[in-house]
Amino acid sequence: MINSTIEKFKAYKRGFSINKKHKIIGWFFVIPGALLIFSFYFYPIVRAFLLSLQGGVGNNLRYAGLANYKRLFEDTLFKKSLFNVFVYLILQVPIMLTLALILAGILNDKTLKFRSFFRTAIFVPCATSLVSYAIIFRSMFALDGFVNTILINMNLLGEPINWLGGPWTARLLIVIGLTWRWTGYNMIFYLAGLQNIDPAIYEAAKIDGASAFDRLTKITIPMLKPIILLTTIMSTNGTLQIFDETKNLTNGGPANATISVSQYIYRLSFEYVPRFGYAAAVAFIVFIIVAILPFIQMKVGDER
Amino acid sequence: MNKKKLFRASKYGFLIIISFLSLFPLLWMFIAATNKSVDVLAGTLIPGKNLIENFKVLTVNTNLYRAMWNSFKYAAVTTLASLLISSLAGYGFEIYHDRGKDMLMKILLLSMMVPFAVIMVPLYMLFGDLGLLNTTAGFALPTVSTAFLIFLFRQSSRNFPHEVIEASRLDGLTEIGIFFKMFIPIMRSTYAAAAVITFMNAWNNYLWPLIIMQKDSAKTMPLLISNLTAGYTTDYGVLMLAVGISILPTLILFLALQKNFAEGVTGSAK
Repeated sequence: MINSTIEKFKAYKRGFSINKKHKIIGWFFVIPGALLIFSFYFYPIVRAFLLSLQGGVGNNLRYAGLANYKRLFEDTLFKKSLFNVFVYLILQVPIMLTLALILAGILNDKTLKFRSFFRTAIFVPCATSLVSYAIIFRSMFALDGFVNTILINMNLLGEPINWLGGPWTARLLIVIGLTWRWTGYNMIFYLAGLQNIDPAIYEAAKIDGASAFDRLTKITIPMLKPIILLTTIMSTNGTLQIFDETKNLTNGGPANATISVSQYIYRLSFEYVPRFGYAAAVAFIVFIIVAILPFIQMKVGDER
Repeated sequence: MNKKKLFRASKYGFLIIISFLSLFPLLWMFIAATNKSVDVLAGTLIPGKNLIENFKVLTVNTNLYRAMWNSFKYAAVTTLASLLISSLAGYGFEIYHDRGKDMLMKILLLSMMVPFAVIMVPLYMLFGDLGLLNTTAGFALPTVSTAFLIFLFRQSSRNFPHEVIEASRLDGLTEIGIFFKMFIPIMRSTYAAAAVITFMNAWNNYLWPLIIMQKDSAKTMPLLISNLTAGYTTDYGVLMLAVGISILPTLILFLALQKNFAEGVTGSAK
């Protein structure tokens, strides 16, 4: 009796010590990855903040307090870049996500013919790099490019449209490009989400006489809400950081009508006389916006 | 009944239009790559005979082979390193989880909210100090460990049967041995998904190499095609050929491993 109790105690103790040993071994698994993230994400943020308090040109930096942040309020180009990014965000994200949701709804029907062909075709833009598609779109929409030529040949247009030359047509091009590149990507998220909804729910709703529209608004959208929220946050995050497209499709033009905040930071640091401190201040504002917006979206998403 | 048929037809019509719009720019690019610039501008949609001529012009005017090799080398190293480091961490966070590690994981997830534009200047200064400009390590290091991949592997480690771990321990495998000999082979499909995504992201990365790859010999494909548009007159045939060459590897990878790609993209969201 006593012996067996001792045995049990020993086994318990051994089990515990093995467990503890494993937990320590576990740290060796996670430390390399964690260290890299701390070095290349968290440390640079701290350094960006310290940098934003410094003024000067090139490597001649000295402490300047909040001077950089004060300067931001009078910087029309900074305001313009922020305005542009919000134009993309407000115009493009809702259009794209609605389109992706509709497409996912149609493609979720297992009786649909050529289903996998349609899915692949709509998903394919994701295989192209941002630079590549930006250059393709820029070439197609050039003044003497394919789109104008075809529209004129079809007599839909008398004069070529200078897509890249007008501020709003150029912004429209960015929106069209973004929608082309990312709709299929978001559709894949919705398709994955739809597969987790039990078809029996739809059957039951059909028997109860719910219309297709009712099924969409009363079943599909509420069930997909977490994924819709996720894609909204991802798209917001991505759009706020847009760089490759504005650099390669419009190069920020005409007259900075399409410049994004990331591109402005890039110019301040690497194209103009480098002002790293001021660039860091711009960057830090972006960081705050990117950090706050998802919280607002989550709050709004929860209330609905 | 007629209404239903009409609804069905309009569904197909809609899908055909969207599919066409999705595919057309790529199709146009490949056709343009075989034509003279004049014909491209004239709006031709027929494959031309100028492919070889375009290729010659491209290889004479740019360092095409070098850029291809650089892109491949950087992407391959990034993929291998990040698969190892991130899966090791994801596995560790799940299998040996305790309060400390759960806490650390939450902190690491915050890094997904960090915009690259915010950290690019400090990173550039840091990598300059470390002498990593124009190097493969410089390209790879910021993306070797990402919260996204760690999270993906942590989620998939949940499906790794605990009996396998127990049995392997009884067989005398070390903890790291279990990871290499059991976990990696069993989790092949997760690795495939992670590999496709990481490789494509690295191959397509633009802003980071734009900053740190200053030497001509270190440039990548996205930098090469971006530079081609900088001149006064653009040769659209040559330009589209360069774009096509840069897209082809990821396009093939995508079509061959589409399922893995979709799994990887949505995997950590489940």
